[in-house]
Amino acid sequence: MNFQLIGINHKTAPVEVRERLAIPEPRLPEALRRLAEHPGVDEGLILCTCNRVEMWAQTRNGGADLRAFLRNYFLLDPADYEPHLYEYREQDAIRHLFRVAASLDSMVVGEPQILGQVKQAYATARAVGAVHSQLDLLLTRAFAVAKRVRNETAVGSSAVSVASVAVELAKKIFGALDGKHVYLVGAGKMSELAARHLLAHGAAAILVANRTYERATQLAARFNGEAIRFEELYNTCDRADIVITSTGAPRAIFRREHGELFLSRRKNRPMFFIDIAVPRDVDPEMNKLDGIFVYDIDDLQQAVSGHVADRRKEAERAEIIVNIEVERFQARVQALDVVPTIVSLQDHLETIRQAEIDRVRGRLGPLSPDQEIALEKLTRGIINKIMHTPITTLKTAARGPEVTTLIDVVRRLFKLQEKAEETTLSSRETKGRG
Amino acid sequence: MPILWLRVALGFYAVGLIYALVALTRRSHLLNKVALPAMTLGMVFQFVSLTEAMLLSGQLTLTSVHNSESFLAFLVMTGFMIVYLTYRTTSPGIVVFPLVFVLTFIAATGQQPFLLTSPGMRTGWLFAHIALIFTGYAALFLSFGASLLYLVQERSLKSKKDAGMMSRLPALEVIDQIGYRSLLLGFPFMTLGLIAGTVVAQATFGRVDFLDPKVLLSVLMWAVYMIMLYTRWNAGWRGRRAAYLATGAFVAAVVAWAANYFSTIHRFVQS
Repeated sequence: MNFQLIGINHKTAPVEVRERLAIPEPRLPEALRRLAEHPGVDEGLILCTCNRVEMWAQTRNGGADLRAFLRNYFLLDPADYEPHLYEYREQDAIRHLFRVAASLDSMVVGEPQILGQVKQAYATARAVGAVHSQLDLLLTRAFAVAKRVRNETAVGSSAVSVASVAVELAKKIFGALDGKHVYLVGAGKMSELAARHLLAHGAAAILVANRTYERATQLAARFNGEAIRFEELYNTCDRADIVITSTGAPRAIFRREHGELFLSRRKNRPMFFIDIAVPRDVDPEMNKLDGIFVYDIDDLQQAVSGHVADRRKEAERAEIIVNIEVERFQARVQALDVVPTIVSLQDHLETIRQAEIDRVRGRLGPLSPDQEIALEKLTRGIINKIMHTPITTLKTAARGPEVTTLIDVVRRLFKLQEKAEETTLSSRETKGRG
Repeated sequence: MPILWLRVALGFYAVGLIYALVALTRRSHLLNKVALPAMTLGMVFQFVSLTEAMLLSGQLTLTSVHNSESFLAFLVMTGFMIVYLTYRTTSPGIVVFPLVFVLTFIAATGQQPFLLTSPGMRTGWLFAHIALIFTGYAALFLSFGASLLYLVQERSLKSKKDAGMMSRLPALEVIDQIGYRSLLLGFPFMTLGLIAGTVVAQATFGRVDFLDPKVLLSVLMWAVYMIMLYTRWNAGWRGRRAAYLATGAFVAAVVAWAANYFSTIHRFVQS
């Protein structure tokens, strides 16, 4: 068992850095394939949300150089992002994954979206074949842990979503939201949620613009709003007091000149841009205009952090659960790891025993049933006596960190290597060659 | 006696002053609770003082400069109270309370009040002139205070940091409305006040000397006031630019006030 991960998240890197490492969804399968083919990597998974980009891997002995993978894949100047990277192995990697899935590492601790995002990443990786055995086990467990945390603590229940923070900020700018117009640019779960919150607090009308007009119409229908063709975006935007933008555009779609245009059309009435897209949709320059307030995903996090204290206690309980689960998982995986070795060792010795009995039987001549039993008992007894200590040692070592070396030694001493590879690792080998 | 009541009022206003100074750095729940009642009591005593002064002098007009400063403070407080009752916010107090305190302080401690001895003093026109202009001043000052608060709140929103006490400020748009409405309300008062002043001056001197510093500055102040309203109404200027204009108008108002000390037609003569 060798889990390893490398990543960057909202805590270690500002959005300027994260947006450069973001992998758009259509390109994920290709990225996953390349990750799985990276030297030393057996299985791989990529989690890419607006707050984090993480590469998880199940690696062969000695691990893999995941930094090299990033360098090869992104072709960016490593100096730009490497200071923001974190890397975990083994137990730490498992814990990190559990924490991410349980939403303990989220921008808004306890927010429910991350679990869905991890599940999505898992489904994509499975479809590509990048996840099949060990990582599969780990992820399945991670989902169970997330569920347990949700059920046993109140971390999720009092979650202050980014949406409600957005409402709070809007109220700071506009006071009552009655009669305010909301513009949804690009569709997405989070922006939809934010719009719903704003409506619930009195916002009047909703305009929706999306690259695909049909999607905009659908969304608008759901909110009783008005669908706008994307080409009309700049001509209609000044009607909105609050703009929630979450498009997948690679470059900012709202720039300073647009802001100036909107302001002059609006007679300088303030505008509030909520930018939850990564890469960002709104040029940070816009925030410098009088009367325009731009909050990107990181700023929202800052605003959220005020609420974190309330949930700290629950989060602590969740951390305890995670720790217990990490240990349990490790014990399980490692035990699973020794079993095949023990089995093949026993098989190996049994074959030797049988061969030796067959060899001497000719010389002994016909044996009485009693003698037959005695011979059987004698040989078995010798083997069992000899094997008792090694097997118990292996079993206890299953809980310790030296298990992999021990297994390695046993396999080499008894030449179990090839046999074991054939039985338990066959799937990996075929994939490795293909 | 009026001076005694005024000093009692000053004592209460001091609470507001402390509130304003403390509010800039940290929250204090005790002061929050105490400030508003204290300021209200201050207003009551100031009202008593003003009424008594009028009764004693037997005139409707505010013959002494210090009485008029006290009157101005009272009007500013009235404006503040109207805002408070409408928007339920004491935030403008951060700017208003110190000014009220300073005005009342000058009025309450002045040893020898100047007297306005221009002829025609007892006419209703003059009273109208003073009351209207002062209401205009008060509105202008509230608006000025609101623009300062607007800037503070805007900065806090732009910097995206949760700025302790500033998080208690009203919403940006509410501050904006307070400023704009005070401005709107003050303008007719200021205009009518100036017209009343012109009438008084014409009745007294037969003509208006436009080169007199007081007249010149008053017209200048009125013009800045006009520009503020116009840019706001036409281009929606607010925030930084509006604050600059409001500062300009406020400075013009202060200078116009100071002109009383060297104007020929509007001179306060030592008694």
